[in-house]
Amino acid sequence: MNSQNFPVALALRGVSKRFDRPAVDALDLTVYGGEFYALVGPNGAGKTTTLRMVVGLLAPDAGSICIEGIDALSDPVAAKQLTAWVSDEPMIYDKLTPYEYLEFVAGLWRIEPAAAEARARELIGWLGLEPHAHERCEGFSKGMRQKVALAGALVHDPKLIILDEPLTGLDAGTARQVKNVLRERVHAGGTVIMSTHILEVAERMADRIGVIAGGRLIAEGTLDDLRRQTGETATSLEDTFLTLVAEQEAAA
Amino acid sequence: MSQAASLPWLASHEFRLGWRDWVSLMTAGGRRRARNAVIALIIFAAFMHVFAYWTVAAYANANLASDTATLVGLTGTLVLSWSLLLSQAMESVTRAFYARSDLDLILTSPASARKVFAVRMGRIATAAIAIAVLLAAPFINVLAFLGGSRWLGAYGVVAAMGAVATAAALALTIALFRVVGAKRTRLIAQIVAAVIGAAFVIGLQVAAIFSAGSLSRFTALQSDWTLRHAPVADSAFWWPARAVLGDYAALAAVLAFSIVFLAGSIALFSRRFGEHAVAAAGVSSTTVRQRRWSLAFRRRSAGRVLRQKEWALLRRDPWLISQTLMQILYLIPPALLLWITFGKGNDAFVVLIPVVVMAAGQLAGGLAWLSISGEDAPDLVATAPIAAHRVLAAKIEAVIGMIALIFAPLVGMMAFGEVYAALVCAVGILAAAAASTMIQLCFRVQARRSQFRRRQTSSRIATFAEAFSSIAWAATSALAAAQTWAALGAAVIALGLLAAIWLVSPSRA
Repeated sequence: MNSQNFPVALALRGVSKRFDRPAVDALDLTVYGGEFYALVGPNGAGKTTTLRMVVGLLAPDAGSICIEGIDALSDPVAAKQLTAWVSDEPMIYDKLTPYEYLEFVAGLWRIEPAAAEARARELIGWLGLEPHAHERCEGFSKGMRQKVALAGALVHDPKLIILDEPLTGLDAGTARQVKNVLRERVHAGGTVIMSTHILEVAERMADRIGVIAGGRLIAEGTLDDLRRQTGETATSLEDTFLTLVAEQEAAA
Repeated sequence: MSQAASLPWLASHEFRLGWRDWVSLMTAGGRRRARNAVIALIIFAAFMHVFAYWTVAAYANANLASDTATLVGLTGTLVLSWSLLLSQAMESVTRAFYARSDLDLILTSPASARKVFAVRMGRIATAAIAIAVLLAAPFINVLAFLGGSRWLGAYGVVAAMGAVATAAALALTIALFRVVGAKRTRLIAQIVAAVIGAAFVIGLQVAAIFSAGSLSRFTALQSDWTLRHAPVADSAFWWPARAVLGDYAALAAVLAFSIVFLAGSIALFSRRFGEHAVAAAGVSSTTVRQRRWSLAFRRRSAGRVLRQKEWALLRRDPWLISQTLMQILYLIPPALLLWITFGKGNDAFVVLIPVVVMAAGQLAGGLAWLSISGEDAPDLVATAPIAAHRVLAAKIEAVIGMIALIFAPLVGMMAFGEVYAALVCAVGILAAAAASTMIQLCFRVQARRSQFRRRQTSSRIATFAEAFSSIAWAATSALAAAQTWAALGAAVIALGLLAAIWLVSPSRA
């Protein structure tokens, strides 16, 4: 897929965020509509900080963030209407059922009730949550909770879905269900940006991969593009990733 | 160094954890906070000694005879304090059953679970004894300084009370496990603990109010009926009181009984503790199905969606309901006293209104914490396409709505007696609730709803501010109900307090 023929879904320009030290350093990043973009990097590279700034959970110190052409910093409500966020730790309400949770999310996003209900039923079916749709979430396993959180992210039909390590702690079956739903989302024209430390997932699912280290995007492109950057042709993403990070650390 | 997994080794591990928990609770981990905590503790200790001097200095050199009246008064005070210790110990024991922090490690290790739990119970007892001794120390110190060393025996009595309270808490909690099962024990034990803590105080006060129109619990303890029905003066029932008065034989008996009772409970229950901890671990997987009339999604504004979510979460959590409403329980005696004393004519409203306003302020503080700080899905709400101020407005409306629902019937009944009083009460309730909500907004920190009981420790300034604000609005309402212009002065103080809180609040920084 030549994603660059598609409109820009997300554009970050010179985005910086500093805590005790720079977490994200003048980052430029472009993700196109209908693209599955994987953000990989070592621990503390700035992946989560970047994504949290995109969804409005953190304010950048400098730079601009545009979502589907909307300036997310000056009009956050309009930008949020188009996005969904799923973190590695599913935050749902223990005392609500998955069905009630989806109704709550649809209400927050002001989705037409009939359409939201149909979508909720569809998602509950896809994710295998039917037997538990009317049970309170308090007894759910991590995988079940993550599925509910994912259904909540998709119930308002976002154009851009951003996931931070969504497969952490999931069993193989649940991870496959989540990956299938995300793949379907991309086929339907949605954009998915996912940070992951599971390089195999990035390798198999992503149209493009961004490697971030020290708060900077040190490499970006398809797997072949990345391999070319390291000057090697027959390596896995893991080898390519380790080479890129080692080069960056040596240069730093 | 002791041998691994032996009792001393396990005890040193438990006590290290206990010490670090306490330090972290006092200092929240900051070096500067540690210094501030030490200074605050010194000031608190000094204040408590001054308070103790004011309350007990007169008794230090008094020639207290072991007559029935003295023994009844002293024993009543000891039982009252013991009920509070029992309440705290039950809380600790229940928490130990349900906390999963290291139980998985313990129960899967080759170390003897019985030994581990025996040590854990010992830690709970030590904490209960330490708290009891620390709180009683200023009073005993003052009595001993002014009246001689005979009062030092009180330290032994207080320690014995802590030990017996822990032993009783262990027995009560294990009994609850066996009677109602692991699923219900947590909720029931916590409610029982709160009721034990409150019931004795409230019961004595209610009895005193009906017998003599006084709020003092001592009135009930010194009544003719009580003295007539009390055990004879040389009964073993009075040993703790005699020990406090300097009877060393009684002190030795009390200490021996408490040690045997605690050691016996630990020996008896430490094996069961493991079984019940395993049972408690299975509780979280219990399934609760929700039924509703219609499965169709309903058309609602974002604000209404948020308000209804808050109400549904509270309605479905009986533990939180019991914890929030428990604060109102303590207001029953003063309300009753006021009603009995001034119950003739509409003047009763002047003294009843501040009690209601105070309750509303305290209740709103708890509800506001749950709604504002205790948001379990903060990322979801923060990434929703709703302006932050609208989210806050919806949460505040949820709190005020709940307060209105709880207090509307009372205000409505008041309106039948006097419309002006009802109006003042309604405005006072709203002002106190709004003020407590604002304080929670100023000091908001992200937390899980399950941490509700620990909310006071996250910000002591917020806790005191909430109490003072509720008192100020209660005073304003009382003065307004009495139709005096002094109400304006009280309102200015209440508003000034809020302004000061806003100025020092971390959310403004």
